[in-house]
Amino acid sequence: MSRDLLDDKIRQLEDEFLLLGSMVEQATQSAVESLKNRDGILAQKILDSDRLINEKRYAIENNILITIATQQPMAHDLRLLAAILEVISELERMGDYAKGIAKITKRLGDSETPIPIRDMTKMAELDMSMLHRALTAFIQEDYHAAAALPQEDDAVDAIYNKIFHELIEAMTKNPEFIDNGSLLLWAAHNLERLGDRVTNICERTVFIATGELFDMDTSEGEDPDQEEI
Amino acid sequence: MIISETRPPETTNSLLTSEDVSIFYNQFRAVKNVNLNIVPKKITAIIGPSGCGKSTFIRAFNRMNDFIPGCHLEGKLLFHSENLYTPNIDPVRIRRKIGMVFQRPNPFPKSIYDNIAWGAHVNGINENMDIVVEKSLKDVGLWDEVKKDLKKHALGLSGGQQQRLCIARLLAVHPEIILMDEPCSALDPAATLKIEDLMRSLARQYTIIIVTHNMQQAARASDYTAFFSMDSDRAGLMVEYGVTDQIFTRPVDKRTEDYVTGRFG
Repeated sequence: MSRDLLDDKIRQLEDEFLLLGSMVEQATQSAVESLKNRDGILAQKILDSDRLINEKRYAIENNILITIATQQPMAHDLRLLAAILEVISELERMGDYAKGIAKITKRLGDSETPIPIRDMTKMAELDMSMLHRALTAFIQEDYHAAAALPQEDDAVDAIYNKIFHELIEAMTKNPEFIDNGSLLLWAAHNLERLGDRVTNICERTVFIATGELFDMDTSEGEDPDQEEI
Repeated sequence: MIISETRPPETTNSLLTSEDVSIFYNQFRAVKNVNLNIVPKKITAIIGPSGCGKSTFIRAFNRMNDFIPGCHLEGKLLFHSENLYTPNIDPVRIRRKIGMVFQRPNPFPKSIYDNIAWGAHVNGINENMDIVVEKSLKDVGLWDEVKKDLKKHALGLSGGQQQRLCIARLLAVHPEIILMDEPCSALDPAATLKIEDLMRSLARQYTIIIVTHNMQQAARASDYTAFFSMDSDRAGLMVEYGVTDQIFTRPVDKRTEDYVTGRFG
């Protein structure tokens, strides 16, 4: 039996989904770049473009609801649409992390605060590499690749823990650094949470392929209520 | 009646328009004051519970109700701005331009070839019949399935193939509008989806109006949807008309919401 119209709609949704993913990747890279260069203008651009990410997410959500209501997808098709619905929410929140880092860039302004930018850049690189491969695995429904990715988040967590201890130590030694040091903790925290959300995307890839939902998160003791600044 | 905010576009040179149409069976009013503008080269679905007048309404478009004693129409049904119910209108000419596909496939008791050629010949088509038959069968996706069996009896085809043959027979006389009255109710799911795919490809050239009890079919296959219901006097009326995506996700009228969510009808 052919479902040409449904297949067309799913293809369009996948294209839009990948576009949203690339918008989030771009925003994250730019956010770390703005922090590195203390670039307030770039930071403002990221704040402005977050609206586009949110709008894209809502447009995809609306199209999925219409597709479910009008095309009655079943089984694999239904799981795919449900998974996209979940993952666009993850992507939109990742965009919020980038926005949070851009806000921190603006709040730091031209202060002389030392930024552990090499480690933060490394975190962002690892996050983006994981995100890119997670989205590719999602579209290709490659659940072997998706199942292997969450382990890589351990490297992001390790760098975050290193930054965390260094910043705490610096703040202990120099109480004047506490304000800006806290902001930098938040920026690093956002990058750490970004990696966690890649794991959530991988869970949905496995769900599409197998129909099974389970927790792939390898990290412990996170604080999901404090996800962004 | 609610015309939804995402209403079908107003067309200045409307192909088919219903202006305040009421249809009566003797004293009983079966359809009440319907105003509807059919969008050319799109698929419009008419949905609603049994007895809401949707089949009566669609049959009025090609004067099929003329065969029912006591049935008469008030208001205007305009085809290319011409009132279909003025006395000088030739119903046979209208039925050529506005063809109909019925609930059960009704091929003639003749060969596959003759089903198309005979209908075309009777309707004054003076073209090379081999070409007409081949093109019509190709347009409905039936050619590859029957090209070696054109002389075989049409009743030997499956139900879905017979229905596509009936659509091919209709295409051979070059209609502008295709009316479909529950065209898939006698077909299995696979044959139903084939007809829906066919509707989608035909809508590039033709305007299609489909009456269906199957809400899912209306949702899947149509561009616009009109929801009919019954008034307190049991007359059918159009409750809401809008873009199909909107009717099935954000209906404006509570009665439409109740119907599409299965809480009524």
